[in-house]
Amino acid sequence: MNDSIVVLGIGNLLWADEGFGVRCIEALQQRYEFADHVRLVDGGTQGLYLLQHVQQADALLIFDAIDYGLPPGALRVIRDDEVPRFLGAKKMSLHQTGFQEVLSLAQFTGKFPKHVLLIGCQPEELDDYGGSLRPVVKAAMQTALTLAVQALTQWGAQPREREATLRRGDAVTLDELALAAYEAQRPAEQDACRIGDARFLLAGS
Amino acid sequence: MAAYETQGFRLDNSGRRIVVDPVTRIEGHMRCEVNLDANNVIRNAVSTGTMWRGLEVILKGRDPRDAWAFVERICGVCTGCHALTSVRAVEDALGIRVPLNAHLIREMMAKTLQVHDHAVHFYHLHALDWVDVVSALNADPKATSELQQMVSPSHPLSSPGYFRDVQNRLKQFVDSGQLGPFSKGYWGSKAYVLPPEANLMAVTHYLEALDLQKEWVKVHTIFGGKNPHPNYMVGGVPCAINLDGDGAAGAPINMERLNFVEARIKEMIEFNNNVYVPDVLAIGTLYKNAGWLYGGGLSATSVADYGTYEKVPYDASTQQLPGGVILNGNWDEIHPLDPRDPEQVQEFVTHSWYKYADESRGLHPWDGVTEAHYAPEGPNFKGTRTQIEQLDESAKYSWIKSPRWRGNAVEVGPLSRYILSYAHALKGNQRCQRVKEQVDASAAAINSVIPKALGLPETNYTAKQLLPTTIGRTLGRALESQYAAEMMMEDFRQLVDNIRNGDTTTANVDKWDPATWPKEAKGVGTVAAPRGMLGHWIKIKDGRIENYQCVVPTTWNGSPRDPKGQIGAFEASLMNTPMVNPEEPVEILRTIHSFDPCLACSTHVISADGQEMARVTVR
Repeated sequence: MNDSIVVLGIGNLLWADEGFGVRCIEALQQRYEFADHVRLVDGGTQGLYLLQHVQQADALLIFDAIDYGLPPGALRVIRDDEVPRFLGAKKMSLHQTGFQEVLSLAQFTGKFPKHVLLIGCQPEELDDYGGSLRPVVKAAMQTALTLAVQALTQWGAQPREREATLRRGDAVTLDELALAAYEAQRPAEQDACRIGDARFLLAGS
Repeated sequence: MAAYETQGFRLDNSGRRIVVDPVTRIEGHMRCEVNLDANNVIRNAVSTGTMWRGLEVILKGRDPRDAWAFVERICGVCTGCHALTSVRAVEDALGIRVPLNAHLIREMMAKTLQVHDHAVHFYHLHALDWVDVVSALNADPKATSELQQMVSPSHPLSSPGYFRDVQNRLKQFVDSGQLGPFSKGYWGSKAYVLPPEANLMAVTHYLEALDLQKEWVKVHTIFGGKNPHPNYMVGGVPCAINLDGDGAAGAPINMERLNFVEARIKEMIEFNNNVYVPDVLAIGTLYKNAGWLYGGGLSATSVADYGTYEKVPYDASTQQLPGGVILNGNWDEIHPLDPRDPEQVQEFVTHSWYKYADESRGLHPWDGVTEAHYAPEGPNFKGTRTQIEQLDESAKYSWIKSPRWRGNAVEVGPLSRYILSYAHALKGNQRCQRVKEQVDASAAAINSVIPKALGLPETNYTAKQLLPTTIGRTLGRALESQYAAEMMMEDFRQLVDNIRNGDTTTANVDKWDPATWPKEAKGVGTVAAPRGMLGHWIKIKDGRIENYQCVVPTTWNGSPRDPKGQIGAFEASLMNTPMVNPEEPVEILRTIHSFDPCLACSTHVISADGQEMARVTVR
């Protein structure tokens, strides 16, 4: 039997570059098809609810926005035992604490993937509620997908370029939240406060 | 501020101030400040959501049929309830009624979430406030096995070897230095009163719960197509039914999948009966016998819920957990609650970081305004805009608004629903007899059955004394989980019967096309979310969202003071609780966690670097 492979995007797509992980999964699915033992999961900020996806995986690939103190858009690839430490090293949003805990819980239950790979991207902007990826982060998605496809090939995921267009309803990320619609229908700035929490803005300026 | 009386509490902020920030093991970010008297008893409590929320504003101008997908992303816990509340609000505005199958499937998804969320909350987030994990290492597996058989004779997993295995696993985990989920505890604190065997039993059930919960959520995948973000749909449910169909991915729901759902419901019922409810009763008894009956707060006087689980769709008189409002602890009088009435549900911002033109008045959600105005202030405020040292509760001090019912602060949640249904039962409502039976059996277990078996003194508390406590709040959640699974089995049978009778309709799409909508419309949707009553209010104009307001359970419970100086439910629940050691806020965390707070949707989530451990500052 083939090893079970799970590709997981985490983050909150309502907070600009926080959506990196989820948007990577969306794009990966639009461009590639995989063997049957590969599952793509839009994990959002689901924390504990993602436990079963981690437990089911023999190999786990994670996309996430992570603050490594690098220039915006910079990618880093982290492997295996390093992953939990990295997720916990500096947390910017709640789901990262949550996900670190999910990994340790999976360990506690004795069901932990043999391989874990984290493809992280340094965000440029998080305090933009309702906003989308910044251009530099969106551009980094291409490299992130290439890195992912390489790793997935090694794991035996058999990626191939998608021939048939993805049917409505089959997308892992809901059609209602698809990137293009999400960006195009955004309310105007005067209608919708985008600034988030004043304290963090002040701290950053 | 001089001491003053409100809602039966005397607030006195003259003693030393303890700050807990962040309050850990919750979704979102919250801070708590209390004043202690000379005996370390809490005499003033201030709770604040320290993050901004702005979900409503980003929905402006979008397609109302898409709103559910956005609200699913507000936070990581109540995904499904926000989505369901949203489609209900839109349907209400447009006059859409969903077919019976859709009603039943939605009910089952909501109840699955209820059972799942309650069990996960108790074992994963809340048990650690009652259970000393490290003490479990000292338990005798044989004695644990005996305790298990006493507490729950029909639970099959009870051998000494089974508990020894779990203990060894826990030991390896602790020895590895990676405490992981258990790294945030005050292990060894005298605020923990359980014997090591009870602690080991609880840790073991934590693992059992983790194992089962991942199967339960598959019910959402079957009906909602996706996990962890299931699909919802205005007008019904987005799944087709064909009992004889094959099981291919994306194929309609067939009998095989329905059988899977039925097996999960049976599993939930068994887990609640054999594990969850007995654990809460045993832990509750041991803490009650240690004299720990604190934390009731507003639940002793004022509780509210919109009412839920209609047996007949759109007929509120058939609700199986009927709603209303109880004030002043008068269980004989249940006030009707109408979320549409502009005089009933109102949000105030006198103590919240928002701006209204006239802040002496509250606004009904249809006319709600969310205009941020962050200005920490007041004579007792210490710190800067970016680094708060001490809040001043006489001024604005929270990102949470203060919702009130006809000007009254109320508590919401499973305990409130149970108090209301118990009161309805006492007034003769036949649909509430199961609730009464559960509550009476629990009181008997806590007062005499369990104490007798453990050789402890028996007590004679009434339901009205036991329920409004932190123990009661935790018990209310367990009983609701038990009842929800039972009701779900009835929904399941009704669904299968209805399909067998030839009805496979799952959606009403008569008004799917915006061309069929009125130029302007407004609606409200309500759901009994795991944390309490949830409402979404929507205004639609020219086919687009004009205004959207969510009043979430944690806004009710975590609300700051209002223009009359009334405190919110979190604040009230901490009042008059003694602390064993103010440096270790176990009691504060225990009571706050008993509400299952979810700050992510009552405020906005973005966290600065925080410590893993709740940080405590003594001033």
